[in-house]
Amino acid sequence: MNIEEINHLAKLSGLELDPNQTKQVSIELENILSLVAELQSVDTTGVEPLFHPIAVIEPLSQALRRDVVSEDNNRTNNMLSAPISHEGLYLVPKVIE
Amino acid sequence: MNWHEKSLTELSSALSAKEISSVELTQFFLGRIAKFKGLNAYLDIQEEFSLRDALVADQKIARGEAGPLTGIPVAHKDVFVTKDWKSTAASKMLENYLSPYDARVVELLGGNGAGMVCLGKTNMDEFAMGSSNENSAFGPALNPWNTNYVSGGSSGGSAVAVAAGLTPIATGTDTGGSIRQPAAFCGITGIKPTYGSVSRYGMIAYASSLDQAGPMGKSAKDCALILNAISGHDPRDSTSLRKDTIDYQALLGKPWSTGGLPLQGLRIGVPEEYFAQGLQEEVREAVQAALKKFEDLGATCISVSLPKTKLSIPVYYVLAPAEASSNLSRYDGVRYGYRAKEYKDLNQMYERSRSEGFGAEVKRRILIGSYVLSQGYYDAYYLQAQKIRRIIAEDFQTAFTQCDVLMGPVAPQVAWKVGEKSKDPVEMYLEDIYTLSPNLAGLPAMSIPCGMSQQGLPIGLQIIGNYFSEAKMLQIADQYQQNSSWHELAPAGTGAQI
Repeated sequence: MNIEEINHLAKLSGLELDPNQTKQVSIELENILSLVAELQSVDTTGVEPLFHPIAVIEPLSQALRRDVVSEDNNRTNNMLSAPISHEGLYLVPKVIE
Repeated sequence: MNWHEKSLTELSSALSAKEISSVELTQFFLGRIAKFKGLNAYLDIQEEFSLRDALVADQKIARGEAGPLTGIPVAHKDVFVTKDWKSTAASKMLENYLSPYDARVVELLGGNGAGMVCLGKTNMDEFAMGSSNENSAFGPALNPWNTNYVSGGSSGGSAVAVAAGLTPIATGTDTGGSIRQPAAFCGITGIKPTYGSVSRYGMIAYASSLDQAGPMGKSAKDCALILNAISGHDPRDSTSLRKDTIDYQALLGKPWSTGGLPLQGLRIGVPEEYFAQGLQEEVREAVQAALKKFEDLGATCISVSLPKTKLSIPVYYVLAPAEASSNLSRYDGVRYGYRAKEYKDLNQMYERSRSEGFGAEVKRRILIGSYVLSQGYYDAYYLQAQKIRRIIAEDFQTAFTQCDVLMGPVAPQVAWKVGEKSKDPVEMYLEDIYTLSPNLAGLPAMSIPCGMSQQGLPIGLQIIGNYFSEAKMLQIADQYQQNSSWHELAPAGTGAQI
């Protein structure tokens, strides 16, 4: 994995990598990718992917609910752990000049 | 009185007989927690809230409204959100996070449910990613059998708290072995039920299609009591199963059949792949001795094959990071959690907050997850892993045509020294070989103590059952515990034992 690929991956992941660590991270990721490379050796022709384990034994349907309000307005409590807020609003750096 | 040596049933009887009040019992455990603070089992203690809940429990007991768990203390893994205790998932990202609500498991066991008293939140690997507890941002929980050794992970703090008598029982979660492996390393009993049995509502998400909560305690009996209280359908968890309630205690103490011996007729499948190269000799011997004990109790051992066992490592280390990279995208430093001090724009604020807030292993898994989900790699990695996952699950169903349960080791070796494997992530991943596949298949699996190494570290036996067979697994484990004493051993110095 070259520096460019690592940086692209970091971008996709919403992470900022310390340039001094890029080399170390790329070695670690490559080690993990060689560990998982074994997957390619398995013939999975005609095998359906299994997203929910219980689907092996019985068909499952998507859980649905009525589109109605189920929770009370709990704004103050919900915002208690916000890093920066003001009068019930979350504050972030300016996005539009 | 050594209250930390008592079973849940004994504690319940003592409470209803007024031998001790819930407030006194809570104070007793809070005292032990303070005394053994060096084990680093707990991340947050709020005596005032514990004692408040204990007082409410005492009033219930006085009014004759007590259930079997009312007034008994419990510790929650810090992955469950709680209103009164900080919920950090052992991450700097959530260091001061206070949840506006309780997780379903916490709610079901607490004052408006079973009436248990929360003692605090237990240490874990950050966001449940790890096999040794060394990934905690607040230092590892140490193995009470020898504090130079790891407690296992990710539910290490819960395992340590139970083993050292710092709580009668604890909750844990298991995504790839996170209940079973620390239970094995610390010499306690833990069970991960069938996927979808216990609500994930309020469980800080790691890999949603694998995460499952369960109890960690001194015995199969104690675990059955807790499982009865926490399982059941929850509409707030879209993967929660709509099933009739199972009574997990129903078969305890009953013989397997009418054959004479307690487990007469039980067919135990022994997967040959679980005894392959890499298994420590002491672990092999202890597990084989346990199998012999089961035969003495009337069971028959049959050799079976789970041919894709080795592939569970690559499948898991594709799927779990993929789900983690998606689940952890919510941490952006806006609504809650850590925010970087310096940034020049919104994007840099996101990236810096995440880079400074997450630990090394969490970042590694997010990067791997992004990779396997990215364009051009999705089919080769993520989809391919989901297909092999089906093959692994079907292999189990083939094995279960020949046997009632599967048994083998929980981990290839006993606990290792703190720091010994933390340099090489892949080396640590390989330790999960025997625990990953039940999660991939969604099967129930448990760990019970079955021996000690020469260095004096516990060894665990893994029991894997078919879907919804937990009551039988607990019955089998309980029969073993009625006829052995490994689960009664306690680490020296903590004075904790049954």
